[in-house]
Parts: sequence; C-alpha cells; structure tokens
Amino acid sequence: MSDLSGKSALVTGASGGIGAAIARQLHGMGASVALSGTRIEPLEALAAELGDRTAVTPCNLGDGEAVAGLIGQVEAALGQCDIVINNAGVTRDGLAMRMKDEDWDTVLAVDLTAAFKLSRAALRGMMKRRWGRIVNITSVVGHSGNPGQANYAAAKAGLAGMTRSMAAEVAARGITVNCVAPGFIDTPMTDVLNDKQKDGINERIPAGRMGAPDDIAAAVAYLASNEAGYVTGQTLHVNGGMAML
Amino acid sequence: MSDIAERVKKIVVEHLGVEESKVNENSSFIDDLGADSLDTVELVMAFEEEFGCEIPDDAAEKIVTVKNAIDFISENAD
Repeated sequence: MSDLSGKSALVTGASGGIGAAIARQLHGMGASVALSGTRIEPLEALAAELGDRTAVTPCNLGDGEAVAGLIGQVEAALGQCDIVINNAGVTRDGLAMRMKDEDWDTVLAVDLTAAFKLSRAALRGMMKRRWGRIVNITSVVGHSGNPGQANYAAAKAGLAGMTRSMAAEVAARGITVNCVAPGFIDTPMTDVLNDKQKDGINERIPAGRMGAPDDIAAAVAYLASNEAGYVTGQTLHVNGGMAML
Repeated sequence: MSDIAERVKKIVVEHLGVEESKVNENSSFIDDLGADSLDTVELVMAFEEEFGCEIPDDAAEKIVTVKNAIDFISENAD
C-alpha cells in the first residue's frame, strides 16, 4: 500500500483492538503515529512495540478541554497532523425508554462531538498544506439501527452526515473525509459473548465469520493513502456482507 | 501605502492567485477577487499568522474587503 513517509497521523482509541491495528498499519506504511486513548499502559506498550515515529498522547474524549488541546499536542510531538482517525467510541447500551440522559450525553460527546472538534482543529494545518485525510470509524448500526443502541446508532449516523458535509467543504483543498463502517469485529468487546451468541451472529454474516481488526485497518489504510485522493464523503462498509448498503 | 497594507496585499495576491494590479484597498474578496467562503477563512488564518494576532469570528465576518483587513490589523496587531 501507498507510502505515507513524512505524514503524521493521530489515532484515537489506540488502546483498543481496532485502533491498535490501525496504528500498526499506518506506522507500517511509514507514517508517524500519535496514539491516543484513556488507558496509558496499552498505549505505551504499543509505542514500544512500534519504536520510532510514535508519540503517546492520552486524552479523555469526554472532557471538552482535553479534546481542544489534543491536536496541539500531536503537532507539538510530531510536527504536524496530516491524518486523523476518529476511532474512539464508547457504548452505554439500554432500551431507549429506559435510557438515562447521562448515557445519551456521554455517547454523543465521545463518539460524535469529539470527532467534530478534533477534525475542526486538524483542518487548519491540512488546509495550509493542501493535503489531509480524516477517517471516521462508524458502525453498521449507524445505518441499520440496533435495539438498545439508540445513542450509539445516533452518534454513528451523525458522524456519517458530518463526514459528507465536511468532505464537501474541504474537497478543493486536497483533503478527504470518509467513514469506515465495521460490522462485527473480533475484539475484546466481542470476547464476552458465548459460543452460542457468536454462532448466532455468524449466521447473519454471509462471510460466515466475524471480521478481524486488520480488516478494518486495511480499509482505513486505503482511505488514508495518496491513491484514495479522489474518494471523499463516502462510507466503506467492512462487514462480511452483513448489510449491503 | 503602509507596511501593513503591503503585507495584506501580498497575502491576498498569493492566496487568491490574482494579479497584483487588481488588488486595491476597496477590493471585495468575494465580489471582486473571486474568493469563495473557504478562501475567506483561509485569508483570515493567513492574516493571523502573518501579524501574530487573533481575529475572532465576529470580527472575521466583517472583513470583506482589503481595507477592512488593513484597518482591523492596524488597530489590533502588536
């Protein structure tokens, strides 16, 4: 895949399964990578594994002030921020009728508002350099809906709408904004399911298996590449055929 | 022309890719110089950088001509 030498990327949620795979992939393509997340230990372990061209920039995306400073931290550590991967996400599942305001607000703040603020802050430098890539990690449930996830599905669908609007605004400056929408991916989040539940899920996936974090990372790598410069405002669904949209 | 006016003019010429002769103090970025709304945001960013000042959004909205920019910067730059 395309060479990203000289580019710097921020990956949020890099302490999680998908985020770490994305960070490894972009680093492998030559980019410098800032690893953000709330759990510092896995971030530092990943930075040690990757070696040079890394920075650890912890951030609680639910904290507005911390979000406001994150792009500045990345620019201070790596010189600039050419690629933003808004991957971090939280869930607070519950049926809508019983959902607490707090659970709605937290999910919207982390999954949608933080992605907007980070993108807005990074666009400044991208506009100047006439090159930028923003990839928002959404979810199949943002398109299909899912009982118990009104907050999460709303945030992810919101990201898709934000992506298309932002993409239209900055397309003429060499900046693309796209989404990758994973289906069921084998991560610590899905490890908690028992075999029966997993079989049930696999029956709904034409590919007959859950995806791997590397499947998502490969899609992100494409959208972050120079070769994808004419692709913008799109959602790339990576779900084993579970929803063909 | 003052130093600030020269520097503002230079930024406008560079960013909008227009002939220097077409840029005078009364030129409107959008109506006379072909800028779009994103260009005006970029111009404000460039002025902030060149003159080391911050141009708040409500002030930026009022900077529609070369003269508006020169006046704001003359009053607010160090």
